Amino acid sequence: MTRILLHGRKVVGGVSEGEALVTRDTISGWGGIDPRTGKVVETHHELCGVSFKDKILVFPGAKGSSGWSQYFHLARLAGTAPKAILYNRTTTKVALGAVMMRVPALTDFDRDPLSIIENGDWVRVDADQGIVEVTKKDS
Amino acid sequence: MKLTDAERRMLDGAEGAAVQRAMDLLVRYGEALGADRLVETNNVCGTFVAAGPMIREFASKGNDAIFSEFNLDSNEHVAMPPVKAYTCHLIMGIDSEHPEMRQLSEDAARVQKEGERFFGAKGVNMLSTCTPYQVGNVPVMGEHCAWMESSAVIYCNSVVGARTNTEGRESTGAASITGRIPYFGLHIPENRFASHLVDVQIAVDDMMDWGLLGYAIGEMVEEDIPVFRGLTSQPSLIKLKHFGAAAASSGGVEMYHMPGVTPETKSEEGALGGRAPRRTWVYGQKEQRAAYEKLNSTAKSADVDFIMLGCPHNSIEQVWQVARLLEGRRISPNTSLWVFTPRALKEIADRSGYTDVIKAAGGHVLSDTCPAISRIMPKGTKVVATDSAKQAHYLPAITGVQAWFGSVADCVEAAIEGRWTGGLR
Repeated sequence: MTRILLHGRKVVGGVSEGEALVTRDTISGWGGIDPRTGKVVETHHELCGVSFKDKILVFPGAKGSSGWSQYFHLARLAGTAPKAILYNRTTTKVALGAVMMRVPALTDFDRDPLSIIENGDWVRVDADQGIVEVTKKDS
Repeated sequence: MKLTDAERRMLDGAEGAAVQRAMDLLVRYGEALGADRLVETNNVCGTFVAAGPMIREFASKGNDAIFSEFNLDSNEHVAMPPVKAYTCHLIMGIDSEHPEMRQLSEDAARVQKEGERFFGAKGVNMLSTCTPYQVGNVPVMGEHCAWMESSAVIYCNSVVGARTNTEGRESTGAASITGRIPYFGLHIPENRFASHLVDVQIAVDDMMDWGLLGYAIGEMVEEDIPVFRGLTSQPSLIKLKHFGAAAASSGGVEMYHMPGVTPETKSEEGALGGRAPRRTWVYGQKEQRAAYEKLNSTAKSADVDFIMLGCPHNSIEQVWQVARLLEGRRISPNTSLWVFTPRALKEIADRSGYTDVIKAAGGHVLSDTCPAISRIMPKGTKVVATDSAKQAHYLPAITGVQAWFGSVADCVEAAIEGRWTGGLR
């Protein structure tokens, strides 16, 4: 079993684990996701049609409308939010959205999670300690 | 986070439960950002009234419940106090004055009217537009603001030189009753320098040119700040409104520098803070063509049935342009034409006779919302034509329609002929 540890800064505390869903595309909230299903709907997005519900969502950051936080807030109310989020670029959109999702969230990593975590890897996030434990799926 | 004594008192509940919740949210948000303090603001643009089908499901619980959940992130429902900061309402769910739209959603119209009265009484000014800077809320250079609406944020930072990050519904709600927002990002002078240089090698002149430039550079710089070289024509409010909305849709651009145009930009070197650009981009024919094709990538059928103009909301000058293009003509029976402008400007369009000209041609002038926000279009709409890069970007994703992007003249021709004949010329 290949286990890799990443260290980051706490955005929202808590502990969670699950399967990784990874994208190199930044994500739009309003106009980018459907909170009822948790699916990405942006036409040109590599995750278009894929749901982040109950996944550990690994992404570069947020883009687009200021409705970002509201749409991920609605996703939490609809039960479609990810289990935890890991992102690289702090903006007001993604930080406020993370607070609204109320799931463990980390950023500012010692190594780029996008180069280490792949779809299907098992990821344990301890946001209080700032630690991400990645178990590679093919190991 | 370091709080002042006044902020600590708010957090401790001395100003009531809602203010306590608001301050708690601002502290959680500030910590998520890595901010170390808050800054005072007396200019908030946010969203309060229940809009959109999911939030309207909460409407039966009352407006205090909507405010608590969606503006304060509070599970417990607390009473909203009067606002502490000057606060304006952005775009809303529907145009409740417009018979066709009202008929499509009688319930939404009622919820919105009740919300306007409720939040209006608390001090939220019902500008009801994505362009508050067109109808009275023009900040002063350097002013700390807390604005939502990506197209307004980029305008506020760049064209006006005021300071705001892209806030959300919850943070503007908290700011409205505390007069505070995290001191982060574009509030801090050293974060306002450009890191990318865009070398513009073709003429950028008419509205479509500016929209395409915005859409292209949003993809290039994403959330970063560009400075432009090689722009040769003087842009106006409407061109920068369109440009910024496009850049904030394809990327997350919140600020840009144009030497000789934007007030904080003395020179290219000054905009870059004396540093070399992290990256230099070329914008030429190839990049313009790519932006055009991406914006039109959902369009397959030339049979257009809905023409949408006014995203961001049209200026009165734009409404007048549409009226001139339509004067003495009649749109196809197979198309609908909706022109959006702020309510306050619609009053001027009515008085100037432009609304009558557009109506006589078979079109409608609407306010308060847009098809992407309301998700309301004329029944049976499959193919949209619009002069807005932002609307062409979002409408297909949100509603599943096809979208053509082009000039306002091409859009008006499409309304009259029922067919798209526009293109990049």
